[in-house]
Amino acid sequence: MTSNRLYGPLDDVSGDAGYVAGHPQRVGFFTDTSVCIGCKACEVACKEWNGLPDPEADALVLTGMSYDNTAELGANSWRHVAFIEQAVPAASAPALSALSRDAEGELIISASVGDTDDGGSATRWLMASDVCKHCTHAACLDVCPTGALVRTEFGTVIVQPDVCNGCAYCVSACPFGVIDRREGDGRAWKCTMCYDRLRGGLEPACAKACPTDSIQFGPLSELRETAQARLAELHAAGVPEARLYGDDPDDGVGGTGAFFLLLDEPAVYGLPPDPVVTTRDLPAMWRWAGIAAGVLAAGVAVAFTGRAGRAGRP
Amino acid sequence: MAECHPVAFQWVVEAKKRGATIIHVDPRFTRTSALATFHVPSRVGGDIVLLGALVNHVLSGRHEFTEYVRAYTNAADILPLDFHDTEDSDGLFSGYDPVSRTYDNSSWQPTGERDLTLTDPRCVFQVLKRHFARYTPELVERVCGISQADFGRLADTLVRCSGREQTTAWVYAVGWTQHTTGVQHIRTAAILQLLLGNMGRPGGGILALRGHASIQGSTDIPTLFDLLPGYLPMPRREDQSLDAYLARLPNTGFWGNKLSYLASLMKAWFGDAATAANDFCLSSLPRLSGDHGTYRTVLDMIEGKVKGYFLWGQNPAVGSAGGRLQRLALAKLDWLVVRDLALIESATFWQDSPEVATGELATDQIGTEVFFLPAAAHVEKAGSFTNTQRMLQWHYKALEPPGDARSDLWFAYHLGKRIRAAVASSPEPRDALLQNLTWDYNESGELAEPDAEAVLREVNGRGPDGSLLSGFAQLKPDGSTACGNWIYSGCFAGGVNQTARRKPQSEQSWVAPEWGWAWPANRRILYNRASADPEGRPWSEAKAYIWWNEAKGEWTGHDVPDIEKNKSPDYIPPDGAVGPAALAGSDPFIMQRDGKGALFVPSGLKDGPLPTHYEPAESLVRNDAYKQDKSPVSILYPKAEATFEQLSGDTITFPYIFTTYRLTEHHTAGGMSRTLSRLAELQPELFCEVSPALAAERGLENGGWATIVTARAAIEARVLVTRRVRPLRLADGAVVHQVGLPYHWGSQGLVTGDVVNDLLPFALDPNVFIQESKVATCDIQPGRRPRGPALTGLVRSYRERAGLDDEWPGGRDDE
Repeated sequence: MTSNRLYGPLDDVSGDAGYVAGHPQRVGFFTDTSVCIGCKACEVACKEWNGLPDPEADALVLTGMSYDNTAELGANSWRHVAFIEQAVPAASAPALSALSRDAEGELIISASVGDTDDGGSATRWLMASDVCKHCTHAACLDVCPTGALVRTEFGTVIVQPDVCNGCAYCVSACPFGVIDRREGDGRAWKCTMCYDRLRGGLEPACAKACPTDSIQFGPLSELRETAQARLAELHAAGVPEARLYGDDPDDGVGGTGAFFLLLDEPAVYGLPPDPVVTTRDLPAMWRWAGIAAGVLAAGVAVAFTGRAGRAGRP
Repeated sequence: MAECHPVAFQWVVEAKKRGATIIHVDPRFTRTSALATFHVPSRVGGDIVLLGALVNHVLSGRHEFTEYVRAYTNAADILPLDFHDTEDSDGLFSGYDPVSRTYDNSSWQPTGERDLTLTDPRCVFQVLKRHFARYTPELVERVCGISQADFGRLADTLVRCSGREQTTAWVYAVGWTQHTTGVQHIRTAAILQLLLGNMGRPGGGILALRGHASIQGSTDIPTLFDLLPGYLPMPRREDQSLDAYLARLPNTGFWGNKLSYLASLMKAWFGDAATAANDFCLSSLPRLSGDHGTYRTVLDMIEGKVKGYFLWGQNPAVGSAGGRLQRLALAKLDWLVVRDLALIESATFWQDSPEVATGELATDQIGTEVFFLPAAAHVEKAGSFTNTQRMLQWHYKALEPPGDARSDLWFAYHLGKRIRAAVASSPEPRDALLQNLTWDYNESGELAEPDAEAVLREVNGRGPDGSLLSGFAQLKPDGSTACGNWIYSGCFAGGVNQTARRKPQSEQSWVAPEWGWAWPANRRILYNRASADPEGRPWSEAKAYIWWNEAKGEWTGHDVPDIEKNKSPDYIPPDGAVGPAALAGSDPFIMQRDGKGALFVPSGLKDGPLPTHYEPAESLVRNDAYKQDKSPVSILYPKAEATFEQLSGDTITFPYIFTTYRLTEHHTAGGMSRTLSRLAELQPELFCEVSPALAAERGLENGGWATIVTARAAIEARVLVTRRVRPLRLADGAVVHQVGLPYHWGSQGLVTGDVVNDLLPFALDPNVFIQESKVATCDIQPGRRPRGPALTGLVRSYRERAGLDDEWPGGRDDE
């Protein structure tokens, strides 16, 4: 059945956007947060490659949020590393027996032991580099009235700054709160997945700079396989809390072009637990609007005809 | 490691994916802890207790690699009757002189007898056992605040991951050395590694993660006052002849060729002027008359004994301990040359140092003439980096340096040229040294940049016919060869810059010998003779590295063997042999005079032949292990012994301990990161890290301000309350709070803040003069510090409360 092209799985996003057969494969990011060391090289490489503006002097203040002084994705920060300090039950720290010879090769999430002040709980420090999700169904693109937001041949979503008129419809449409208007400029900005680098056959700057391969770049189909294998490895190693986020084409945005391996609930990282493309219900809304319009029109017609009928009476 | 060496840390992540167990021991839970298999928090300054207990665990549990220990270490050496261990004299070894605070090591010298059964009570192995017997898990709990369960887990993992089939590596950042007992920390790790058979084998070793790129290179071709290139010692005042100088180095093992190394170095420096007849000009070199280390020099500046000072990429006003003394010293110079990428605090101290604000210094009364000379960055010049694996990697110039910026090589070379021109016709004997220097590197381009490869060729060395040497084995003691650094000889073998090789991993063996070049002789693992058993067979299939090929009569394997190629494993040296021939075919540690790994160090260390726990110069607790509280030979400036004694155990005035460190986002004293917006914004303000418990105790609020006070300074920092810093409960019930302080900020750059190193004393390790910057005591109070003279008043009030006399070194009171 023909589909609602604003929702659900979609195999060929570029084809759907009108690129002819033979266009490049859809590419994306797989960010494996279990090996992120929070070095922020991705943030720096992104800003440097893309020439993002320097912060104002009065913005150079400590946030007090662990080691995160970037705070959020925005017009001038297209990668953002979140730092989450957690108390975890000491029981989840690896037991002595877990380090016996037959448990070799395990990948236990680090837990600091030896505490004194809070009843034996251990510490966990989660780090994760967030980025534009390059959704299969990108609400930002769908709502853009000027055509500034476009789907590229790589299946990514970019803003064309020379077309953007700064209406900010995309800002309210993004279910992840990624795209943002730049102060003093007015236009919307976000990650381009280094479109210029992709055109030149290079990987995006953040992935290139990542020392531990927490950020992996490649064809999305391959990344999804890599991610499944890594997930299975972690589960086998006794990390049941590992999960993928954004890899599922059946989710509310048709799967994301940038997806993640997380070690806790998405909300812990500041990610929406069940993102839905804000334009999902547009067809239904149009249908209902159409019906409503029809009913209204009919009512109007009835009113007029009725009046005409009455008027025809003596 | 993840904090300061994120790029190298990718290999730790890789190892973990392959099943390695990663253990992180650190006072704080850092980005490294976050990726480690487990983290063990420990009180700063307790390292020898923890490591010593691991040694004890190995020895008392008979977990040592017996064949390795017996054959490859000095465990069998018999010690003389007059040697007394710290066990015998409550924390002191025999030979101590309390007046000079030094040891005479004559009673530490082995008798020459050996007991291969390792049972003689006077053999090193038995002495080691007794020495470390008191380092128990209970002591670890009492001193370090590490639970016995955690200790057990650490010890079990270490033992399980060592032996024939597996190896363990110790990796440390140089903070481990920044203690009054710093050298002995590394020593204890070395003892462990020798006992477990983890030296000279793949996956083993002790790896120092240096503080900057090529700091390894700057000890190989040293910026250290007491060394010449290739770890030849700097001559001392008492070395009146070449023979006297050479007598300080061993005759046996590879140091036996010392004259070849020295003569070749002198020929490289002085060319034809260096001859056997004039001791190769050795006598014209400056000679040491004592301690000429950084901190002594700073005090000499304050006393007006130093006229001029060069700072090359160094920012002591921010980066060195005791920042106040550093700046007061700079203000006493006649002239100061600062070469750096950006205008740093050491060049601007005369207008914006804290002492100008407090009134201790007045800008118009500072006579120092400051020359700031901008330096080229590494992409703006060619040269080599030497990394922690001793691997040299060449880099090429990508850009011309901007404006007046010049490379360090350019500056040194052209300065040398000008000085030589100025003294060219001088009759003064002291100028002969300069007149004789070989100083002829070809120049090119508009900037007249000297050829960095010409320098590397000089370092590599040339034979009598001028051809490039292929390695240090070709060096001669007669002055017919010239070599700028014997351990680097071969880096330009065959006329090819070997350090520039970049063959991909996929096109060569896993040892990757054709990527860059490692000293010595492109050997990737030092002392790799130890990777095979005494008969020359690999200890195991899994850890095979080099081995003896009986049929060919030579050593072979994956790496360049670290033994003469044709020396049979059963070679026994004849009596009276010297040089390498004096070592047996089963002696792997070829730079030692006996070829054995030193469990016990009879000479070379000023603070004892075996590591011993002493409390830091400033500590909250008394030594739990011995009556001797602190290192008996640490260097304490200026005349600060009484101060440390007074402060020791003062848990009222300065009730907390603090430690200093670096963050991923910044580089050391900040000159390379606070000036860059991309980095500056990532950590925009100085902060202190405190536990929730300490925050509650002192009323500190996350994101608010705190003032940290020591006997030397008071600074302010934003507060980060974090459970990553945890109070440690020592076994006597005392809770120790540790305050964490990254030290990157100063008055210059895009982001500014107080100088953390101002808090630190001048307390040094006696062997290498490194400062104790990882631990001292402090107070912390909510709110910002006072401004102006009131700041001095605050510190003074603390000093009064601590009962310190009012003589505050370096201040106006002294003048």
